[in-house]
Amino acid sequence: MRIELNVNGALHAVEVEPRTTLLDCLRELLDLKGAHAGCEHGVCGACTVLFDGVAVRSCLMFAVQAVGSAITTIEGVTPGPGELSPIQDAFCETHGMQCGYCTPAMILVAHALLADNPEPTREEIVEAISGNICRCTGYAQIVDAIALAAERMRGVNRPRSLSK
Amino acid sequence: MSATGRHRYVSTDRRVREDRRFVAGKGRFVADVELPHMKHVAVVTCPHAAARIGKIDKRTALAMPGVHYVLDGAELAVATLPLMTGLDTPNVPRRPLALDIARYSGEWVAAVVADSRALAEDAAEAVEIEYAPLPFVLDAEAALEKGSPLVHEAHGSNVLLDRTFVWGEVERDFAASPRKLALRVKWGRSSTVPIETFGVVASWDPWRDMLDVHASIQMPRFADQIGIALKIPATSVRVHHDVDVGGSYGVKRGIKHAVLCGYLSRRLGFPVRLIEDRLENMRGGDAHGPERLFDVEVAFDDAGIVRSMKMRALENVGAYAGRSPFQLGKPIGAIVGPYRIASVQYRAIAVVTNKTTQDAVRGFGQGPTNLALERAMDEVANALGLDPLELRRRNLIRRDEFPYLIPSGTTYDSGNYETVIDKVLANTGYKELTAERDRLRREGKLAGIGIAACLEPSGGNATFEALLNPAITTSTFMDSCRINIDGLGAITATMHTTSSGQGHETLVGTVVGEVLQVDPESVRVTRPDSLNSLPSGTPVGSRMAIMLGGAAFHAAQKLKAKLTAIGAHDLGIPLERAVYDQGSVHDRSAPQNKRGWADLVNIAFRNYHRMPAGFEPGLAVEHIYQVPTGGVLPGKDGRVQMYPCFSFEFHLLLIAIDPDLGRPQIMRYRLGHDCGTQINPKIVRGMTMGGIAHGIGAALYEEFAYNEEGQLIAQSFMDYLLPSSHEVPAVDIVDHETPSPHTVLGQKGSGESGYLGAPAAVANAINDAIRPLGISVNTVPIKVSKLGDLIAQARERNAR
Repeated sequence: MRIELNVNGALHAVEVEPRTTLLDCLRELLDLKGAHAGCEHGVCGACTVLFDGVAVRSCLMFAVQAVGSAITTIEGVTPGPGELSPIQDAFCETHGMQCGYCTPAMILVAHALLADNPEPTREEIVEAISGNICRCTGYAQIVDAIALAAERMRGVNRPRSLSK
Repeated sequence: MSATGRHRYVSTDRRVREDRRFVAGKGRFVADVELPHMKHVAVVTCPHAAARIGKIDKRTALAMPGVHYVLDGAELAVATLPLMTGLDTPNVPRRPLALDIARYSGEWVAAVVADSRALAEDAAEAVEIEYAPLPFVLDAEAALEKGSPLVHEAHGSNVLLDRTFVWGEVERDFAASPRKLALRVKWGRSSTVPIETFGVVASWDPWRDMLDVHASIQMPRFADQIGIALKIPATSVRVHHDVDVGGSYGVKRGIKHAVLCGYLSRRLGFPVRLIEDRLENMRGGDAHGPERLFDVEVAFDDAGIVRSMKMRALENVGAYAGRSPFQLGKPIGAIVGPYRIASVQYRAIAVVTNKTTQDAVRGFGQGPTNLALERAMDEVANALGLDPLELRRRNLIRRDEFPYLIPSGTTYDSGNYETVIDKVLANTGYKELTAERDRLRREGKLAGIGIAACLEPSGGNATFEALLNPAITTSTFMDSCRINIDGLGAITATMHTTSSGQGHETLVGTVVGEVLQVDPESVRVTRPDSLNSLPSGTPVGSRMAIMLGGAAFHAAQKLKAKLTAIGAHDLGIPLERAVYDQGSVHDRSAPQNKRGWADLVNIAFRNYHRMPAGFEPGLAVEHIYQVPTGGVLPGKDGRVQMYPCFSFEFHLLLIAIDPDLGRPQIMRYRLGHDCGTQINPKIVRGMTMGGIAHGIGAALYEEFAYNEEGQLIAQSFMDYLLPSSHEVPAVDIVDHETPSPHTVLGQKGSGESGYLGAPAAVANAINDAIRPLGISVNTVPIKVSKLGDLIAQARERNAR
């Protein structure tokens, strides 16, 4: 069946089966390879995308369920070729990853968190990423990355007189 | 310059160059590789623990739209050789698809090729296979008994390996010791379970006789093994090393997947891809880790000095040999841990059972052995009423005793264990931690302190192969680097394997930059494919900082020497007077006389008349680096130096257990860590933390459990529990640096350290917590359910 999906701010017409997952649709039909299959049963979170701003598992949704909603993938939060968002840059600064497989999902979760809560505590960061499994890092440098990104983003456009 | 001032780039806080592509979702993982006309594979698996395979009816599957082929084990066995194994066990052949008999639930029996993965899975369900179930055995001890079902009838027993080593005067030391203690410790079956499953894309080109392989691989001799099994020259196999591997920690070794897909692509004439789904990965991916039963006896005196140890290790390797029996060999290189135990008897037994085949897991068997040793040390302390920290202090190898020869023939390179422990305790007083434990106990919690001190052997020469299989005479284990400076003066360095998150491109760039005194960011690092590669042992055994770092260092030194010679010759001065400084060469006696980088490059590329006599034009060098302690085959007594470097770590943690739920919570975690020179501190911290998280998983949560029918009952992440951010505590890591005398920069390995010590520390803390109830637990994982039951039973008993 033919559907239209709003992905990263643009409408895309795709031909899917009713059983096609959103993850397979993004990867195979729209060539957005940043979402990764990890467990395909909704536990590891490697396939996370933003669904109207909320972090969801794209392996547990059918593509047809995404019609009418705004889907954002890691490609959609990357400002441009070779450019990094403050969150992406913070992950590089703290080395909040190793193999990079869970990383796009972690960054999308961080985007969702910081959009709602610009000043999260460490506990709130731990809670926010607790649905995403990272097998490499033990999470410490991921938590550091999100805390650093939050701090930097709060500083953007702040008058110097108010800066710490 | 770094804090110590010894280095310009090494040990400084620098970014990891690989990270930029990963944060943008632009890593290139195997599932991202799409070749024209590529088809997809799904496998049909055996539902029984053991069964004779009868008729395979492919007709329904083949009639389904989009289905191209159904392959069975008989066809594949005719066309290919069995997979390489480590031991000489010709009657235990391992093949990608079972032939005649399937030996574990989940073993691959047939493979379906279709236009899409979904269609292949649909058709896999339509392949009809007749099975005649056979008797099976799951438990290693049962497999040893007379009359046990034989997993491989032709082998005549279930024992693959049974070797006893005696190093030193074990019986004399036992007889002379006033105290002895025996302990049984069990390491449950878990693994590394990367978030990316294994995947491979194979593409045969009959006009070039070339099999192109993209795979999420981490394994030595991958191309060779594919070539041997497919009966084609390894020069007809091209493994692409520029595939990012989504985590390995040992297990990404899909040789059976690659041989299967290689055969299918040759047979069918188009590229085929097999990406495991999570079920295939956990059940039939042949990537389980050790499942080991230890019987440990120690002999000690009234002061707690442990004189001697007898250790029997019984490993349940699963249905086929693979490399897993060798995981009983690596621990020999650090069999006494960081302690001055004078003599050791070690019996290593590997048996086959009807469980999934094992593969190499982080530490290659060292983690289970550390658990057994550290549990024994705690029990010695307990038997004497000694503090476990004090007991360890009395037994540790002292800083003035290095290099230190252990009974099994390995010399530890360097260490300063007391200082590492002192630094940890300076951060958190042991008294304060004890006071906090006692306060928690007064509040009604069960609380315990756990200690584990252990070693991470790194960078070895793999002579555990020769030790356990005398037919193997391999003592060489290499890594390599090639550096080329182009005609415009830009530097490219190479590495010759894949990476799975260890930051090897950053490693090579940093080391080459350090030696040539140029910005590491200016050094391009590439990964040629296997046909264009120099030898590499791949990232196994915590070896890459030592081995790839060593190769890059020596290659850069050769290049620096050549540049210096060119400069000296052009300046007309003796070589001794020429000084290389940040890319230029000057006269020590007249520093104003110099040749800059552009001059030197110009001479090498365009002014042959200015080159020293006999020099090759251009600026290309390579270095193939052997393990720095060399390669000597084991002696008849089984004494051997496998690993050159030994990192040290000291884990100290506090656990509180809710006595009603049995749920352990790590309240404090302190780690002292010494891996010599840290080339990139961000990478070392990540490896250490990740290892601890993995170790906590092995200690508390992760287990490939089987039911009595031989069915794996942990088949998803809802049954096989990976630690999330909630389960991994903040860890205070205290670094110390005792350089290795064997390595180019003083570095040692760091990829396994956390994992090797955390399970023992957690188990010791839980035992400290439950000891007041009169109980102990020596089997990991210590699951909430099991611990809760143990505690409830003990309380009930104690209340009576």
